[in-house]
Amino acid sequence: MFKEIYQNLIKDKFARIALVVLVIIYAALLFADFIAPYGRDFSDRTMAYVPPSKVFTIDENGKFSRPYTYNYIRDFDDENLQITYRFDRSKKHYLRFFRAGHLVSVPEDGRLFLLGTDINGRDVFSRLLFGGRISMTIGFLALFVLFPIGLLYGGIAGYFGGKTDMLMMRFAEAVMSIPSFYLLIILASILPSGMKSVQRFMLIVVILALIGWAGFARVVRGMVLSVKDLEFVQAAKSIGASRLRIIIKHILPQTTSYVIVAMTLSVPSYILSESGLSFLGLGIQQPDASWGNMLKEAQEFINIISRPWLLTPGFLIFVAVLAFNVIGDTIRDVLDPKSKVRG
Amino acid sequence: MSLISFFIIRLSPVDPLAELKLNPSVSKETLQRETERLGLDKPITVQYGKWARSFLKGDLGITSNGEQVSVKLKERIPNTLLLTVIVIFLTWIAGVPLGVLAAVNRQTPLDRILTVLTSVGMAIPSFFFAVLLLIFAVKTGWFPVGGLTSSNFLEMTFGAKVWDITHHLILPVTVLFTISLAGLQRQMRGNLLDVLDSDYVKFARAKGLSEAKVIYKHALRNAVNPMITMLGFEFAGLLSGAALTEYVFQYPGLGRLILEAVLRSDINLVMASLMMGAVMLVLGNLLADIMLILTDPRIRGQHV
Repeated sequence: MFKEIYQNLIKDKFARIALVVLVIIYAALLFADFIAPYGRDFSDRTMAYVPPSKVFTIDENGKFSRPYTYNYIRDFDDENLQITYRFDRSKKHYLRFFRAGHLVSVPEDGRLFLLGTDINGRDVFSRLLFGGRISMTIGFLALFVLFPIGLLYGGIAGYFGGKTDMLMMRFAEAVMSIPSFYLLIILASILPSGMKSVQRFMLIVVILALIGWAGFARVVRGMVLSVKDLEFVQAAKSIGASRLRIIIKHILPQTTSYVIVAMTLSVPSYILSESGLSFLGLGIQQPDASWGNMLKEAQEFINIISRPWLLTPGFLIFVAVLAFNVIGDTIRDVLDPKSKVRG
Repeated sequence: MSLISFFIIRLSPVDPLAELKLNPSVSKETLQRETERLGLDKPITVQYGKWARSFLKGDLGITSNGEQVSVKLKERIPNTLLLTVIVIFLTWIAGVPLGVLAAVNRQTPLDRILTVLTSVGMAIPSFFFAVLLLIFAVKTGWFPVGGLTSSNFLEMTFGAKVWDITHHLILPVTVLFTISLAGLQRQMRGNLLDVLDSDYVKFARAKGLSEAKVIYKHALRNAVNPMITMLGFEFAGLLSGAALTEYVFQYPGLGRLILEAVLRSDINLVMASLMMGAVMLVLGNLLADIMLILTDPRIRGQHV
């Protein structure tokens, strides 16, 4: 099965591109400490909202040179009340590669902001990498919390049937009947402030999982209903297997292909939910970065008009979600025999 | 449902009246009345009973600014309904034909292009798209930014009022429309393809019916049914998506109300708007069921 999935992913042109994109993103996130020019806690308050550094390879005499960059100087225009930036051409800062544990860096007094800086003078490019670690893993973690719950819940409801089933499904439907994003923000808002960032991260994972399990459990229940009277279940019953064992060992494995498809197709929605939450300031909190809370600054008009580099996290979310969707579609086509005719 | 949301909120370590107590314009007596009405000095089960009873009576309490919650809701719900109804209407108008188009022309460049477009539509975060449109609006100045009405709304003639609201609605509707259109088009395409593969369609074709007749008369009606069932949940999804969009566009709807309430931990308002969201959802489902009865003779048969 996995071999078939892999082959199809390679064969399909879009899926191949999506796969490469995701591998690049995750590799970049894995080696974030090395690739990012600045560390997690770097901030230079004198350099707020600096535009992206320009890297020059041709010097002022028109000759090729080692790549270098200029620092920016901030000027305040008293008449228009505007802050402008210009290059400090008095000193060149040559780029160094593979020095001091970073892929690319400049000497101490220089500043290399590949994608500009935010309000606190933090390097947007570095934060993108560190923030991506959170944004791109939180969805997976939520799935690993949610799927066992949904599987077991749906399995028990479907297998036991009768009153148990009725009660459990009514409860699941009640959860589903709250518009999910409303529930999400309410749960997130009751998290006490002043938690450690790791704790907060884990709780957000749990909250995301709480939103999604009900719909998933419903589908699992339906599948359990359709297999619970088949011969292999009766065989297991006749040799005296316990009910829990039958559910876990015999029935739930039947849902594997649905689970895989549902998982790949729901990763993007969790990435979107997390970024939405953080965008509102209810998710990952400063000073930790996530793509959502980096976009928070894009709520101000002045930022989106004159500082477009602050929008880069949005494009990354878009690309990542698109890639996951394409891969999810391809896997579904492989595993779901019905969808094969859809081509 | 009300139980769940009530306990989630009440068990949180937030004092529901903290904001009220800090607000100097709220008198001591009001505070006392609220405490009594919510039964905050009694155990939680009693609190729930009290709350549910007053909810049914239509008394939703006051917000942390001292306004009546019911008044606030009355002013916001129509706005959200207006937005979602327009979006659902437009997505159906556009999504169903596009889905049919893609299914009929399966595996052709047209289908491929539509698939790529819907993938893009599904992947773009609603708030990010909203922000991008805002930039567009600010740069071109073609669209008003934020709100539902201009500041001189009250002095306008009726025609100008309608135009003003439409003008303000265009951007939020565009965002929600793009996102829900993608999902609907895909579903329609998938459903129709499933149906086209079935025996009765093959039979209709074998009978020598024209392709148009096969698709519009036989296949389409069956393909649309599961989607009407989904309408209720689509409504829920739209309410969720609308929250962020309303927030970015400063649109005075239910989603933004609940967000602001949550950020201020204004318990009465949060509870009431959460319930309203759920009520709207149930109504949406009911509406979907009724429509299903209208479109599917098999279901009608069961009940008569």
